[in-house]
Amino acid sequence: MDLLRSEPMQLVQLIIPVESAHCSISYLGDLGLFQFKDLNSEKSPFQRTYATQIKRCGEMARKLRFFKEQMTKAGLSPYARSAMSDDVYLDNLEVKLGELEAELIEMNANNEKLQHSYNELIEYKLVVQKASEFFHSAQNHAAVKQREVEAHQSGEGSIDSPLLLEQEMVTDPSKQVKLGFVSGIIQREKSLAFERILFRATRGNVFLKQSAVEGPVTDPASGEKAEKNVFVVFYSGERVRNKIVKICEAFGANRYSFTEDLGKQFQIIAEVSRRIEELKTTIDFGLVHQINLLQTIACHFEQWSHLVKKEKSIYHTLNMLSIDVTRKCLVAEVTKLKNESSSLILQIQNVLQQATVDSNAQIGTVFHVLQTKESPPTYFHTNKFTSAFQEIVDAYGISKYQEANPGVFTIITFPFLFAVMFGDWGHGLLYNEFFSVPFELFAPSAYGCRDPSCRDATTAGLVKVRATYPFGVDPKWHGTRSELPFLNSMKMKMSILLGVAQMNLGIILSYFNAKFYGNELNIRLFGYLSLLIVVKWCTGSQADLYHVMIYMFLSPTDDLGENQLFFGQKFLQILLLLAALVSVPWMLFPKPFLLKKQHDERHRGQSYALLETNLDDSDGTELHHGSSSHEEFQFSEIFVHQLIHTIEFVLGAVSNTASYLRLWALSLAHSELSSVFYDKVLLLAWGFNNITILIIGLIVFICATVGVLLVMETLSAFLHALRLHWVEFQGKFYEGEGYKFQPFSFASLGKEDE
Amino acid sequence: MYGFEAMTFNIHGGYLEAIVRGHRAGLLTPADYNNLCQCETLDDIKMHLSATEYGPYLQNEPSPLHTTTIVEKCTLKLVDEYKHMLCQATEPLSTFLEYITYGHMIDNVVLIVTGTLHERDVQELLEKCHPLGMFDSIATLAVAQNMRELYRLVLVDTPLAPYFSECITSEDLDDMNIEIMRNTLYKAYLEDFYKFCQKLGGATAEIMSDLLAFEADRRAVNITINSIGTELTRDDRRKLYSNFGLLYPYGHEELAVCEDIDQVRGTMEKYPPYQSIFSKLSYGESQMLDKAFYEEEVKRLCLAFEQQFHYGVFFAYMRLREQEIRNLMWISECVAQNQKSRVHDSVVFIF
Repeated sequence: MDLLRSEPMQLVQLIIPVESAHCSISYLGDLGLFQFKDLNSEKSPFQRTYATQIKRCGEMARKLRFFKEQMTKAGLSPYARSAMSDDVYLDNLEVKLGELEAELIEMNANNEKLQHSYNELIEYKLVVQKASEFFHSAQNHAAVKQREVEAHQSGEGSIDSPLLLEQEMVTDPSKQVKLGFVSGIIQREKSLAFERILFRATRGNVFLKQSAVEGPVTDPASGEKAEKNVFVVFYSGERVRNKIVKICEAFGANRYSFTEDLGKQFQIIAEVSRRIEELKTTIDFGLVHQINLLQTIACHFEQWSHLVKKEKSIYHTLNMLSIDVTRKCLVAEVTKLKNESSSLILQIQNVLQQATVDSNAQIGTVFHVLQTKESPPTYFHTNKFTSAFQEIVDAYGISKYQEANPGVFTIITFPFLFAVMFGDWGHGLLYNEFFSVPFELFAPSAYGCRDPSCRDATTAGLVKVRATYPFGVDPKWHGTRSELPFLNSMKMKMSILLGVAQMNLGIILSYFNAKFYGNELNIRLFGYLSLLIVVKWCTGSQADLYHVMIYMFLSPTDDLGENQLFFGQKFLQILLLLAALVSVPWMLFPKPFLLKKQHDERHRGQSYALLETNLDDSDGTELHHGSSSHEEFQFSEIFVHQLIHTIEFVLGAVSNTASYLRLWALSLAHSELSSVFYDKVLLLAWGFNNITILIIGLIVFICATVGVLLVMETLSAFLHALRLHWVEFQGKFYEGEGYKFQPFSFASLGKEDE
Repeated sequence: MYGFEAMTFNIHGGYLEAIVRGHRAGLLTPADYNNLCQCETLDDIKMHLSATEYGPYLQNEPSPLHTTTIVEKCTLKLVDEYKHMLCQATEPLSTFLEYITYGHMIDNVVLIVTGTLHERDVQELLEKCHPLGMFDSIATLAVAQNMRELYRLVLVDTPLAPYFSECITSEDLDDMNIEIMRNTLYKAYLEDFYKFCQKLGGATAEIMSDLLAFEADRRAVNITINSIGTELTRDDRRKLYSNFGLLYPYGHEELAVCEDIDQVRGTMEKYPPYQSIFSKLSYGESQMLDKAFYEEEVKRLCLAFEQQFHYGVFFAYMRLREQEIRNLMWISECVAQNQKSRVHDSVVFIF
């Protein structure tokens, strides 16, 4: 019965001296038995006592994230079993982390600088190589042209040789315009826009030559790899040059100087290659150093991050405590389980003692129990099996403190209702069929053929030859023409029976709830109501004939005729009907009036109550938490509320019963689907006597069974079972307005962070 | 289509509307602002913001914070959200979303051009640009010497190109010209946006025309106030007003001839929606006008969320976030400069 009512809870006040507060909380966190109450909820986070410490922890967490990022960049992962050294304290750690971060940042900056110049040099080399290719090919080209022109000229100049070309080519050196050029490297996807803008800005007075670099090149500025083009822009005039330079800057193109002189080119390439080599070794050395540092960090990373998380949670908890005016002790209010085993209590005492000793505090922690009116949190002892069902209930709402927990019943009813719809082995027994194939498990069928002419099972040719089938549905029903009507009516009635049973359970539970909370008034009403409904539904399901029910309401005094099932039925029916008629107003009226009466009485007693509380306060042992509300009694409001409640209940009783018909519908759908797949796919394929068709049929059968029957039907059956529990069952009694017991524990720290 | 957009809106717009409404729920509340205003240092602000949606963006910032970092990170969040929405959007919502950024684009163009005029470093200027208004060749703006070049070189490739038709002159750029260019562009942009929204029809047109009209009127008032005492002629001034809005056309005629702030006030008070704004101000005062306008705008933007199945929520959300970032910037500045008494001067509460 542990599951029906949640564990009793206790509010306890701890008065902890400031010196030992941190230590105590840390030890309590190891135990994980207490839920701390936020006593400073009106204060914003940075106004609280330990805000600075939390900020420090946040800063350290940031550093740790930085390390982690660096480690993932370097391809390292923190060692799972990291070296554990016990003597790590927060202050030391903070200093250490700060040093490490500074070192790492410096190292990164150095590396970056080196990398930058390295990448620059590589780009420079590329530009020089590519550009020299341009010039080389251009010179060759020009030389060929020159020779051609010369050849033409020596041939006395034919008439059709273009005059202009001649002029151009034979310009004397003094008139020759000195063309300048800018060379550099640019990202490939930008090159088109670059060319366009260059053209526009200079009105076409440039010549751009580009060549793609194979493979990605690392950009010195961003450090990212990108496909790039080497370009050389030829121009004339200083103004154009300025424009080009500006455009290059705007496009993030890196310019590198270049000489036309071949000898110098080789010199430059050699020089650059040498420096690249040098830088490479330096960078490699730096990287090794960095990886070493990161490895040492990785060794301790887990421990450090755990420590930081732990400290942060401790300070968060400390922030929930209210600090005494004298600033000498902290007051904590915690909720804990009431009846713990004595060993646990001993443990708590030991731990608090230990904290006092460890922190050299003068006074120990004072520990005493408070009385409270606030509703404590809800906690159930669950195991692997029951927790699943408890989760189903919790998803709807956490039960109120010590409210009747539907989880207990869900353990049984949920699989049961699911199985009714989905059809498991047990229900297969009930219908005597598996995979829509009839099985004669308990005895041979009660029916046999009247004469040898009837081979297939049809109802027409069957006579009863043996005793009635001992358990469940006679397998002979399967495949007969009247199978569906028969099973339908049976399943429908069965689901109503199940539904009524479950709802009655709900109503009875609500009675228990009312009794548990000592609400006399509710009990009386509910008792009456549940009686009514039990009786009403019992009859309804016993007398299967619908028109009995209908006539019961239409003409209660008429003769029942052949519908009479048992003696005194007529009398009972009239009685029930009257009871039903009476119960509705009975449910509606008395409660508001009784409440009003109670309220008036309470008002009269108020003066005494005040005196009493004064006495209590002076006593000083008991503190009253939460003020009893003395709101003005709103009779009309309560009355309307009750009216709504009544209407809802009466209508709900009917509609919820109808709701249980989904048991029938899904069960029917499931069995029909399985029989369709079996008969129309598997047996059909079998009938062809062809191995290919059989294999195809088998595949279709397997896919359909897995896809439709196993996946879709499971989901829908689960969904409907869930609904029946949440709405039809829990709606009868369950309030679910509680909150979960979440003890402060370091064990749960790692989980919530991920 | 009016009245029936509810039937088909969710096919394309439903997901994003849900997203934007979710984002809107993450806006800072007055309680948050109260707490922020009590902060003593920028670290306090960071700590407080870490409990809000800005948390992930600020958590990796090392401790001595600067106002610019806070603003930058907050803007980054807005940009990320915007980009996400733009990726998911289909036509015509994607065009609508793009329209929202054109305003920033104009501002960025003006910023770069003014900056280069005063010979500032382009990279430095680029960092100051609003990330929503960036386009590929924005840095090339520095090359241009006059309006015509500006257009031919750069802007012809951007969505701003059509707005430029009004101001292609070969005059050299100077501060006055640039300001006129900004306002001409803005005018063309607002009119285009307005037309686009009208074309969309339905609730979008209804709500957006209200919001854009307010924007246009506010700009008209600002242009008037800023041009008082400058060499801008009345006709030129008149040309900068957008051709829609509550003030169009008669209010514009009156605004065009205003010579001081009180005349502006006199004109505006004839329009009931603006009466309340001006009634808050004392005579001759224009300092608090911005705030009053912002407050009114925020109120109108919030109202856009009251109706469903329209694109106005996207516009409203972006504007509200921007206002929020302005608030955060102001609060951080006040905290950083120990001017906490002035915190409330410029903070506009949302909701």
